[in-house]
Amino acid sequence: MSRLGKFLASSAVAGFMAAAPALADPLADALGLGRAALPEEIAAWDVAVMPDGQGLPPGHGDVWDGEDLWIDHCAACHGDFAEGAGAWPPIVGGSGTLTDVRPLKTVESYWPYLSTVWDYINRSMPFGAAQTLEVDEVYAITAYILFSAGLVDADFELTQDNFTEIRLPNEDGFYIDDRAEVEFPVFTQEPCMSDCRGDVTIVARATDLDVTPEFPVIRNLYSDPLHPEAARDNSIEDAAAQPVEDDSANEVQLASLDPELVAAGEMAWRQCRSCHQLGDGARNGAGPQLNEIVGAAVAGVDGFRYSPAFEAARDEGLVWDAEMLDTFLENPSGLIPRNRMSFRGVRDADERAALIAYLKSHTD
Amino acid sequence: MTDRSEAKGGTSRRAFLRTAGLAAGGAALGAGGARATSPDPLITEVQPWAMFLGEGVDATPYGMPIHFEDHVVRRNVDWLTADPVASINFTPIHALDGTITPQGCAFERHHSGAIELSKEEYRLMITGLVEKPLVFTFGDLMRMPRITRTAFCECAANSGMEWGGAQLNAVQFTHGMIHNMEYTGVSLRTLLNEAGVKPEGTWIYVEGADASSNGRSIPMEKALDDCMIAFTANGEALRMEHGYPARLVVPGWEGNLWVKWLRRIGVHDGPMEAREETSKYTDLMPDGRARKWTWAMHAKSVITSPSPQMPVGHGPGPMVISGLAWSGLGRIARVDVSLDGGANWQEARLAGEPGDKALTRFYVDHEWDGQPMYLQSRAVDETGYVQPTKDQLREIRGVNSIYHNNGIQTWYVNENGEAENVEIG
Repeated sequence: MSRLGKFLASSAVAGFMAAAPALADPLADALGLGRAALPEEIAAWDVAVMPDGQGLPPGHGDVWDGEDLWIDHCAACHGDFAEGAGAWPPIVGGSGTLTDVRPLKTVESYWPYLSTVWDYINRSMPFGAAQTLEVDEVYAITAYILFSAGLVDADFELTQDNFTEIRLPNEDGFYIDDRAEVEFPVFTQEPCMSDCRGDVTIVARATDLDVTPEFPVIRNLYSDPLHPEAARDNSIEDAAAQPVEDDSANEVQLASLDPELVAAGEMAWRQCRSCHQLGDGARNGAGPQLNEIVGAAVAGVDGFRYSPAFEAARDEGLVWDAEMLDTFLENPSGLIPRNRMSFRGVRDADERAALIAYLKSHTD
Repeated sequence: MTDRSEAKGGTSRRAFLRTAGLAAGGAALGAGGARATSPDPLITEVQPWAMFLGEGVDATPYGMPIHFEDHVVRRNVDWLTADPVASINFTPIHALDGTITPQGCAFERHHSGAIELSKEEYRLMITGLVEKPLVFTFGDLMRMPRITRTAFCECAANSGMEWGGAQLNAVQFTHGMIHNMEYTGVSLRTLLNEAGVKPEGTWIYVEGADASSNGRSIPMEKALDDCMIAFTANGEALRMEHGYPARLVVPGWEGNLWVKWLRRIGVHDGPMEAREETSKYTDLMPDGRARKWTWAMHAKSVITSPSPQMPVGHGPGPMVISGLAWSGLGRIARVDVSLDGGANWQEARLAGEPGDKALTRFYVDHEWDGQPMYLQSRAVDETGYVQPTKDQLREIRGVNSIYHNNGIQTWYVNENGEAENVEIG
């Protein structure tokens, strides 16, 4: 059984056990609410790993397996060599940059403990499909990161036995909050109240950078419009000037689709949206935006950098019709091997049909 | 969308705008003396809202703000993060007043998106160095002694984009990673007492039910002091984006510790050193080393109006300068305001009694002479800590520590009343 499967099964058990009576509490002043946690439940949830290895499950994984897993699950966001992609974080590199104008903080240059790496991959990665990796896969991916950081050789295997022998370069780079000792003496002086400084000159303006998103300006007057000052402006600039949406095209399209199926597809879409965007303003992210995808040529979204596997599929003239979408969604790497979409697929045929209907609702 | 009131036959917004437009063509008022030379049609003519009927009590079972306030919303900064699912947005503090932040426009920070978790499906587990590991349902929490308190929640990265100099030209973006709500729930002390903490249990590790789990370590002393598991905010159930059905409240400490959808409390003999307390939420110093465990948010304040989004909308004369002050070390004792970039300061008027680790509203009732101003505010808390200038902070911390920027903000207000984010020398 997969790890996810075990997790779901133990959750189901927990559901039945919730009604069991609470045991007597060892503390006299306890309320006696709640019930004893079962070992299976603790095993399912208490998986955090500490720097000394506490909590680390038995297992192993080597750099070679780690590289394959990395390409499948991690490279789309973090780059083939863990160097990062787009706005997603680089995982290695940056050694010696911590005093630079632009420090690069990675596992290699900044993170203090390997346990943090293992624990985070195990519980929170891959982004959008957390807690789906097997224990040995987490070991292998961690080994690949260590290799990419130049900390181990290519034939390295990480196990529970050698885990705590691996020390990250910046382990000693942290110290406990000393603001009370260093800053409080400076910041608790009675402040000056008058004639505290000379002339004021502006040395920097936020508007010089021009990176602020647009926002409405509120002229907080709301007084008599006959008043001369009100001629300056009175109310909210831009905010009220929302364009009226023309939904007519969408309505026609939606009319030919089963609304319930589209709604189900919208629910199912949650598993896709960490990488793909749909709708107004959709942009390419870890995956391409998917407006107008049904009936479109494979690997044809403007501005998205496709994997060689997808480019080859495009060269073969493949088109995303409903049948092809269904096959692809069932097993993405089965239809187009070695593509970089890090996604396990949708087993349920009805769920795939709903997803395709939802994609159609975003296709004219 | 059809205008509801128009459909009912009369009191439409469009009709109002037409009326107002006609009025604008009329005569003018004298400044200062406020003497009308022609009657105001808003007074002399019967307006649609005074003639026709408004909405009935069955029209809006749960109300949203009136559409005139549609611009008072959370906004985000696209370029800050790779993906809106692991990102942050900002409270429109420029447009709010008082101290309580409505849930619907209180900033959100998610690491794997806001999840739907029902009360029926909610479980909270206490594990580790306890006499008895326990599982609680939401119903169990509802049977425990309940407490209510108000607290601000500020992201450690609030104002973090301003370390290198003035960057974002709006108080919503420079200071909007904060909200202030009244929470009801159960004290963490009550919960831990049920499980019985063993003597060697000196830390707790808290994690959420979402895909990120966002685990953080908190020393037992703080856990037993004033932390709580909250299930309501501002009198109603937590909104989904604030951790429905239950979140951790850690008064005065950085927002990342306030784990949402709290599912587990582990009791340990040391910190977990999890991702959010090592690779993030540590403060890189000029020597290349980093401070860790910088949990407390130190005293800070900002003028919310006027500010770039809220220019002075009128000419010389009476105006209100308004802002917020807070300290994670306790209560605000005093707020000073300067109109000249810090040369001279006056004490602001505090609205109500400052609360412990809660937002305090301040006002300066000012007679503006129409000349440019360099507006600053400076908070002093009950410990005697005085909000530092940005340069004082940079002198110690450099410009790459990202978090805990509580430096004094300057707004330059020009003759037209327009405000902008500047740094002064």
